[in-house]
Amino acid sequence: MFVAGIDIGSRGAKGVIMEDNNIVSYTIGDTGPDSIGTAEATMDAVLKGTGLSRQNISYVVATGYGRVLVPFANANVSEISCHARGAHWYFPSVRTILDMGGQDCKAINCDERGRVTNFIMNDKCAGGTGRFLEVIADVLQVPLEEIGGLSLQSTHDLPFSTICAVFAKSEALILLKKGVPKSDVLAGLHDAIAVRCHNLLKRISIQQDFTITGGISKNIGMVEKIKKKVGLEPILAPDPQIIGALGAALFAREKAETQGKRKQDESSLRVL
Amino acid sequence: MKAHYGYSDGSGEFFILIDTDECDGCGECVTACPQNIFELAEDDYGKVVARVRDEARRRLEYLCPGFNLVCSQKEVNCHTACKTKAISHTW
Repeated sequence: MFVAGIDIGSRGAKGVIMEDNNIVSYTIGDTGPDSIGTAEATMDAVLKGTGLSRQNISYVVATGYGRVLVPFANANVSEISCHARGAHWYFPSVRTILDMGGQDCKAINCDERGRVTNFIMNDKCAGGTGRFLEVIADVLQVPLEEIGGLSLQSTHDLPFSTICAVFAKSEALILLKKGVPKSDVLAGLHDAIAVRCHNLLKRISIQQDFTITGGISKNIGMVEKIKKKVGLEPILAPDPQIIGALGAALFAREKAETQGKRKQDESSLRVL
Repeated sequence: MKAHYGYSDGSGEFFILIDTDECDGCGECVTACPQNIFELAEDDYGKVVARVRDEARRRLEYLCPGFNLVCSQKEVNCHTACKTKAISHTW
């Protein structure tokens, strides 16, 4: 049985197809202004190369910001539960999850079954999120993929007074004009974001094992800063960005199985 | 599940915490809150519990004056209405 999880995030759209307990294929794309179009494109992208068509997918669960606008979804589940479920699938020992997304940041505790026991989310402003790093990468004219590595080359600690994307941008520009190296500016900003995430984590309980999910977890500079702040070595999934979609696919499998059972029960009742 | 709804910004931390293990979904808080902050909904594991409405989550500070101001008054509010003591405030 094939099931799919579609995670329409604020910046990235992710899709995962699973068969039984294996990932068949996954995709990561950009979220466009048209939610329904993004959902359709994500589904087509994740089906591509698998030889499957939409008819072969028994159940689809949507998650993320745009989850209510996925026309072909059978159900939708909040991204908090999906991240917990997905992270638990990779690492059953995981208890604390930090999801660093495009426009928000979430800290989640889960139990040994992958169910959420505690969560907190900050999505009021995009300061200290993926979008913020995109803005900064643009100001510094460094490709987004390279800012993490560059921040690690920093030799001087540079305290930033703000992580408001608007103020930090001008602060960064002033520093650059003074001749401060890009690596120091980036390290300072990464540090400010790590402080913000650590504050979020402190509201729930920080327990081992600890993992980081979402797009920013691919930024080695960020992971390093968070590791120092939290004091725990994060275990990272092979592709931490798809954890939400993976969790959605796992929910899809569960829902499809219970639905299947219900149908079986109904048909056996009819026989009786 | 302990669910934190709200945000922290330059003026402070504004979270309403709902312990969904304690919450029995009676809905008393929904009618008690004069600002209509709460609603009942099924969570991802199929239990009907109280939660903070989506539209209220980003402006809690403006909707609710917080625990000390509200709950020192002897009037009906989410804390007095909740029999299982599942609701708390951070401010």
